[in-house]
Amino acid sequence: MSLAELICPAGTPAALRTAVDAGADAVYCGFQDATNARNFPGLNFTPDELAEAVTYAHARGTKVLLALNTYPPAGKVDLWRHAADTGARLGVDAFIVADMGVADYIARMYPGVRLHLSVQAAASSPEAIRYYCENFGVKRVVLPRILTIPEIRQIRREIPCEIETFIFGNHGLMVEGRCSLTNYLTGQSTNMDGVCSPASDVEYVRDADGSMSSQLAGFTIDRFGPEEKAGYPTICKGRYAAPHRPEGYYAFEEPISLNLSRLLPDLIEAGVHAFKIEGRQRSKSYVRGVVRAFRAAVDDIKAGREANIADLIALTEGQKQTQGAFETKKWR
Amino acid sequence: MIPTSEPTARLRPGEGAIARLACLVLQPVLTRVVRRVAARHPSLFARLGPHQATDFLIDPVELPFALHLRPDPQALVFRAVPRDTAPQVGATIRGRFLLLLELIDAEQDGDAAFFSRDLEISGDTEAVVRLRNALDDMDGSLAEEASAMFGTPGRAVLARLRRAYPDATKPREYA
Repeated sequence: MSLAELICPAGTPAALRTAVDAGADAVYCGFQDATNARNFPGLNFTPDELAEAVTYAHARGTKVLLALNTYPPAGKVDLWRHAADTGARLGVDAFIVADMGVADYIARMYPGVRLHLSVQAAASSPEAIRYYCENFGVKRVVLPRILTIPEIRQIRREIPCEIETFIFGNHGLMVEGRCSLTNYLTGQSTNMDGVCSPASDVEYVRDADGSMSSQLAGFTIDRFGPEEKAGYPTICKGRYAAPHRPEGYYAFEEPISLNLSRLLPDLIEAGVHAFKIEGRQRSKSYVRGVVRAFRAAVDDIKAGREANIADLIALTEGQKQTQGAFETKKWR
Repeated sequence: MIPTSEPTARLRPGEGAIARLACLVLQPVLTRVVRRVAARHPSLFARLGPHQATDFLIDPVELPFALHLRPDPQALVFRAVPRDTAPQVGATIRGRFLLLLELIDAEQDGDAAFFSRDLEISGDTEAVVRLRNALDDMDGSLAEEASAMFGTPGRAVLARLRRAYPDATKPREYA
């Protein structure tokens, strides 16, 4: 039975309170270090802040999920273990993990705390998901954004855990947990340092005609015309000239956001247990607007009413949205 | 695209004098506001980390001056500066005045304003990200705090500014 839980992002304590007040069933967050995949400057929680956040959320019936969803470099597991120890001590409701070593540590040390498998683990087949369930007691898998709804329905029949899918936000569906594009240009790893396109390597340059170039580590990865909407400065969403496309084109992905508001009933029917909103790096304004909109939509659907979701296009990357692979494998 | 306000832009006759006069008049207000904010929100500085010492230029494109901010808790700087005498800074944040105000108050989303090209940043991107995250973690409204410092006239000015501003980057239901 799908409960259609709403899993919401928080990059700061204020954002967490905003998400809770806007109707989140659970909020996910991370510490101020490499243990999570949004290790951005000035973002995330100290242990003291997380303690207060857990108290605030639990007092209002909201769960707190701690993202420990990066991969420790070989032999350097202490930071991740310490983060797990701290999270367990503070009473988080689940850990979101990608690395098997981290999963194994938590399963052995804190068997009473739920393990959720991060999208960063890129587990997209029943065999892979069952492996994590059987060996580490994973209770929920966050599916990569590469599956159609019929495929999700089929997977649900073949696995012993809950399914969580993204429903809104960044549509970065490179091989998650395996992408090395940032590492190639900056030397920092999305998967081990938790930074995709680190801000310290990003520069925006305004040209005389009003165009804007976004650069990463000195490489121009896109150039937006004076009236053109912009996107994140990530290599996977860069626009490149090639011999067969000298005018420049999006070689990997496009600046566009996922929005599955119209597919919520189908996802519930397919057995999806929880809906994830991406965006720990976004503002309280984004959290408030998106969580409220999806809270109302999910409540309408549960009550048998037609959901009339707010127009969220203004909050999308490049002011474009897609249903991606959830609608069809041919989405690009 | 937002209009340019490059320091090198040619000034019309009298604009320089107006900018200097506006800066002089505004400075006591800015000093009072920034000291109050720093006193009431000390946690703001922790998220800034090493960028407490970074100089920011906040450039409201439709106003005749820009704002120079150095968020160093030991030596706070927040002053209005004519564009043609603006200091060299580590990072510049440019947009319409009320957009900048609403970003500070988390009434607008910075990424959305960037996507729509209503907000421009240049220079040290990490410094801007830290400042954004530090401000976003503050509860309450800085604009309301600041306007309340000046009583009924301050609140009236803020209300008038908000009425004048189109909520282009908010979700429609909440605009």
